[in-house]
Amino acid sequence: MKSFLIILFSLLIHAGAAFAQVQVSEPWIRATVPAQKTSGAYMQINAAKEARLVSVSTPVAGISEIHEMAMVNNVMKMGAIKGLDLPAGRAVELKPGGYHVMLLNLKRQLKEGETVPLTLVVEGPDKKRQSIEIKAVVRPIQATGATDAPAMHEMKH
Amino acid sequence: MFILVLVLVLGACSNEQPKFTGIDLTGSKTDLQFTLTDVDGKDRTLADFRGSYVMVFYGFTQCPDVCPTTLARAVEVKKKLGSDGQKLKVVFISVDPERDTAELVRNYLQAFDREFIGLRGTPEQTQIAAKALHVFYEKVPSGSSYSINHTAITYILDAQGNLRLGMRNEQGADDYVADLRTLMKQSS
Repeated sequence: MKSFLIILFSLLIHAGAAFAQVQVSEPWIRATVPAQKTSGAYMQINAAKEARLVSVSTPVAGISEIHEMAMVNNVMKMGAIKGLDLPAGRAVELKPGGYHVMLLNLKRQLKEGETVPLTLVVEGPDKKRQSIEIKAVVRPIQATGATDAPAMHEMKH
Repeated sequence: MFILVLVLVLGACSNEQPKFTGIDLTGSKTDLQFTLTDVDGKDRTLADFRGSYVMVFYGFTQCPDVCPTTLARAVEVKKKLGSDGQKLKVVFISVDPERDTAELVRNYLQAFDREFIGLRGTPEQTQIAAKALHVFYEKVPSGSSYSINHTAITYILDAQGNLRLGMRNEQGADDYVADLRTLMKQSS
């Protein structure tokens, strides 16, 4: 049992190193009000080598999907996509008005200031998959983007 | 016919006409006589808000993106209008009455501004309300649930209850404030 744990542990370390090629910055989730069953998660993903985000999961939501959003003739269209390409060395932004992780069937209210774990699964061109664990901060329901934290907003004016 | 068009174009360019950043819907043939229910269970029509400038937006609370962005912008617009912000009423009409219970709509809007007004109705009432402003909405399956594609225009009515402007989703709060100020100047 002990040796098994050691092997498992070393595998995890190995996996961590391999996945250090994908950097996730400023992950956040929009706060919800009681009885609201959905929210969106946003972040910037930077892959050193070409990769593809294939799934996202979090214990707070029954279902997590990668969504794209488009405005067509002033109609907001939103829908799930199978994966999101992460070109080498170029940041891909998940933000309001664009790509986002749609969290459905939320198990509880998400309150401003708390952190929520998310697991991202990224696939390389060799089809090998890696999991990346991140923690997203819950921002106020009125948040409009990654840079609109109150402190930053004040500095702009 | 050609002359008529020319006159219309020239008319639109003359200095007499106010310039708006949004889509000028003044004079559009619309019937805004629909009735919906507010979060307290009271029947409401848009005529109830005469005397105030009204920003109307159609959405649903389970929408993670455009709806909170629109409501956050409405908060900003109201703030930027300063004391004139009191002349503004913000109305949110649910296109998802099935899931948007009165309580949920109330909680959702209060998270933005306690004075925002939430309206909902039966599916038939919702259809009539959407048709009035040519708002399109359709359910689309999403995982085990559904999402709703919908028109993301914020409509602005003047204090007499006439439809005046359609503001596009990509427009910022400053555009809204500028157009509202132009409208307010016209009637003062």
